[in-house]
Amino acid sequence: MLKGDLSLRQGDFQLESGTFELETTGITVLFGRSGSGKSTLLRAITGLDKHTHGTLYFNGERWQDGKWRLPTPRRDIGFVFQDAALFPHLSVRGNLEYAVRRAPSGGASLNELAERVGIAHKLDQSVTTLSGGEKQRVAIARALLSRPRLLCMDEPLSALDWRAKGELLPLIEELARETGVPILYITHAPIEVERLAARVVFMAAGRIERIETLREALERPDSPLFDEEGPVSVLEGRLGVPNEHGLCAFGEEGERLWLAPPTHSTDGRPQRLRILARDVSLALDDPSRISILNHLPVSIERIEPVKEGRVTVATRTAGGQLLLAEITPWSLARLDLVPGRLVYALIKSVALME
Amino acid sequence: MIELFGISVSTQPIWLTFKVAVTTTVILLLVGTPLAWWLAHMRSSFKIVLEALVALPLVLPPTVLGFYLLIAMNPNGALTQFLRLFGFEGQLTFSFTGLVIGSVFYSLPFAVQPLMHAFEALPMRLLDAAATLRAGVLDRFFTVVVPLARRGILVAMTLTFAHTVGEFGVVLMVGGNVPEVTRMVSIAIFDHVESLEYAEAHLLSGMMLLFSVAVLMLVYGINRRFAVKVG
Repeated sequence: MLKGDLSLRQGDFQLESGTFELETTGITVLFGRSGSGKSTLLRAITGLDKHTHGTLYFNGERWQDGKWRLPTPRRDIGFVFQDAALFPHLSVRGNLEYAVRRAPSGGASLNELAERVGIAHKLDQSVTTLSGGEKQRVAIARALLSRPRLLCMDEPLSALDWRAKGELLPLIEELARETGVPILYITHAPIEVERLAARVVFMAAGRIERIETLREALERPDSPLFDEEGPVSVLEGRLGVPNEHGLCAFGEEGERLWLAPPTHSTDGRPQRLRILARDVSLALDDPSRISILNHLPVSIERIEPVKEGRVTVATRTAGGQLLLAEITPWSLARLDLVPGRLVYALIKSVALME
Repeated sequence: MIELFGISVSTQPIWLTFKVAVTTTVILLLVGTPLAWWLAHMRSSFKIVLEALVALPLVLPPTVLGFYLLIAMNPNGALTQFLRLFGFEGQLTFSFTGLVIGSVFYSLPFAVQPLMHAFEALPMRLLDAAATLRAGVLDRFFTVVVPLARRGILVAMTLTFAHTVGEFGVVLMVGGNVPEVTRMVSIAIFDHVESLEYAEAHLLSGMMLLFSVAVLMLVYGINRRFAVKVG
């Protein structure tokens, strides 16, 4: 539990977080446009900026009280910077040892963690020879080796290409689960939020606007998580084994989808499926002579006002999950769609978030 | 006395110069480092004033600096009185202590400027990273700042040492020309020329010339060697 009220002035920018209380289990994402104060808030929480004032308590422990602050080295936090911030005068091993030497004993060894993040073969190289993705892996291993009670990540993927992003996202997700370390994760990419977040802290103009679970955040029609791709739904479910056509069943009976098998093992853990509302069509009957495989019986919950010639229809699956469909006002009128009506959602394309 | 090429000169000024230069370098490293750090991270517009004050010895005639120091260090002056509180006896002017104080002021920019530039070039994120890895202030200084700023530190030490060896005006004003006590090499050369002892002046001047070339080569060597590795 992280609670407090922090302010920090940086140049012309003023952070006034307002009172907040934050569950810190799992991954908490700080989300907002650039300049909304995400990084400043994280600096205030970590105690890296001496001009911070206000109050902050972590699990009842006093971290900030007025101008007094517990020095960063004594807060037991890990930090992964956008550009990794590895020590250029040390090798990969030297960077990791820097953390180990100052950390309480116990936990995964340097070699185990290096193996886990996939940099075991680079240990004796200079960090200047690493690619962006490799640097970030070292930075993550270094932060975890210091055995933090809270891990902060400031846009750790934003400087990487799509391939490295695709590899690191699952790694971060798995490490969060394996280590159980609560994570504060900054991003401005909705796709990372939808993939990782247990809860989202929305920030704008230096303030915390609201703190919601990911589910709550996606239920709002004007959710800041909806970008140029339009509204998005995230379905959760477990993945079955591939059938004779090479497709895997996803989710329980009644809201079952078929999708291509993932590239890495999911070990039966719940997975998230990201579905764009514009890829979802609605039908009054279940069409059988159609190439679209995924038909879900859903009930219409509400219909949003027309916006830019499109209507977003919010529906519930049999399992109570929210599924958004984007259709034209004409279709809405033609099918006579009203809240409470049972319809079929036809989902044109689905893919696991990998 | 040493004899080279059949010319004999007193070694005393050489030895004294060396002692003053070493002492000055050590003091400026201790005083200049925090000062340079403070200046490098100062956001206030007052920084310009302080930078100008630090750079003053670069443009001021050494006699002007020496004159003010002479006034400040006179036996009834504030500085001497202040030091007396700590059991200081004797006088500052025309003494080894006075020479060192004069040199510290005179060589200040040569220590502070390279250090300041090295500290300014240091990515602060690396210090933040070290802090989150539980490194305290001194730990961060010795494990991150010193290794990454070593080029600046080496340049500062070399330039301070060399510049102190080469000073003349301040030393003459503050130290005078007391044989065995405050007569440094540059003053010894002046003396020899005054007395038309050109052979001795040649020998000492030649030594200074060689020394200066060697020091400058060292500085440029440091700059080149570490530029690739750190930059």
